[in-house]
Amino acid sequence: MMGRRAFLDGMRAGAKSVFLWLLLGTYLGLGALAHDLGFSLTWTLVATILIWAGPTQLIITSMLATSATMVEIAIAVTLSAVRLLPMVVSLLPLLRTPQTRLRQLVLPAHLTAVSLWVEGQRLLPDVAPEGRVAFVNGFGAALTIAAVIAVLSGYFMARELPTALASALLFLTPLSFMMSLARNSRHLADKLALILGLLIAPVMAFYRVELDILWSGLLAGTLAFFVWRVRRSRA
Amino acid sequence: MSAAFGDLAPYVALVLLGFLPNEIWRCLGLIVAHGIDERSDAIVWVRAVATAILAGVIAKIVLFAPGTLADIPLTIRVGAVIIGFAAFLAVRRSVFVGVAVGEIALLTGAWAAG
Repeated sequence: MMGRRAFLDGMRAGAKSVFLWLLLGTYLGLGALAHDLGFSLTWTLVATILIWAGPTQLIITSMLATSATMVEIAIAVTLSAVRLLPMVVSLLPLLRTPQTRLRQLVLPAHLTAVSLWVEGQRLLPDVAPEGRVAFVNGFGAALTIAAVIAVLSGYFMARELPTALASALLFLTPLSFMMSLARNSRHLADKLALILGLLIAPVMAFYRVELDILWSGLLAGTLAFFVWRVRRSRA
Repeated sequence: MSAAFGDLAPYVALVLLGFLPNEIWRCLGLIVAHGIDERSDAIVWVRAVATAILAGVIAKIVLFAPGTLADIPLTIRVGAVIIGFAAFLAVRRSVFVGVAVGEIALLTGAWAAG
C-alpha cells in the first residue's frame, strides 16, 4: 500500500515538474525529426523507451540517417552518456535503505536522466525512505508517458501539418537542445565546449572530414578543457 | 549492415549503437560504490567533449536541415537560432522564452521570404 501511494505521489510530482514542459518540446521535435529522416513509428517509440535520454536519442536518430559509421555513432553515444554515471551514483544514497535489493534499483537507474536527477535531489528528502524507489518509478512513469505522447504527436504532426508548421516542429530540436545545454553549462569548460562545438562541426562537415562529429567534439571539448585548466591554474 | 539484418537492421543498430553504450553508464553507476568527484579533471573533460559532440549535432541540423526544414533558407535558420539564443540570455536564461522566440523568428523569416 505504501508503495502504491508513493508511486502515485511520484506520478503527481512528475506531472507538476517544470521538466515535463521541456520534455514535451524535446520529444515533439525528436518525433518530427524521426519522421523526416525516414524512421518507422515503432522504431521511434522503442528508441524513446529504451534510451530514455534526449541527447542520446538525438545522436542516434540524426547520425544513423546520415553517412556516419557505426563506430562513430557508438563512440559519440558512449561519450555523451557518461554524464549518466555520476547522476546514478549521486541519487543512490537517497534511494537505498538497508532493505533495498539491487534489482529494485535497476528501473530507477534506467529512469535516471537530467530530469529525475535534478527533481530527485529536490523532492526525495521529503519522501519517506521506504517509499522512495516507488516514488521515483512513478515520477519516471509520468515523464515516460508524456514523452511517448509527445514523440507520437511530433511524428504524426510532421506528416500532416502544412510545411511551414512542420519546419517549426523540426526546429524545436536544435533550439531546445541548445538552450538546455547552455542552461546546464556551469563551468567555463562547458560554455566554451558549446560555442566551439557549434563553430568547428560545420567547418569539418563542410570540408567533408571523415567522422566529423567525433573529431569536432574531441577537438572542441579538449580545447575548452585546456582553456579551463589554464585559467584555473592562474586563479 | 542492412543486407545482413534485413528489416531488423534499424532495431539492431538501435540496441547496439544507442541502447547499450547509453545504458552501460547507468549500470556502472549502480556498481560504483563510492561517490565520483564532479570536479575531477577527467569528469570535466568528458563533459566538455560530450557537450561539444551535442553542439556539433545541433549545428549540423541547423546547417544541413532535414526534411521540410530545408525549404527555409539557411540565413533565416541561423538568424532564428541567434535571435532565440539572445532572448534566452536576456530573459533569465529561460529555455521556454528562447525556444518560443526562436520559433517566432523562424516562422516570421520564412513568411517574409515568401
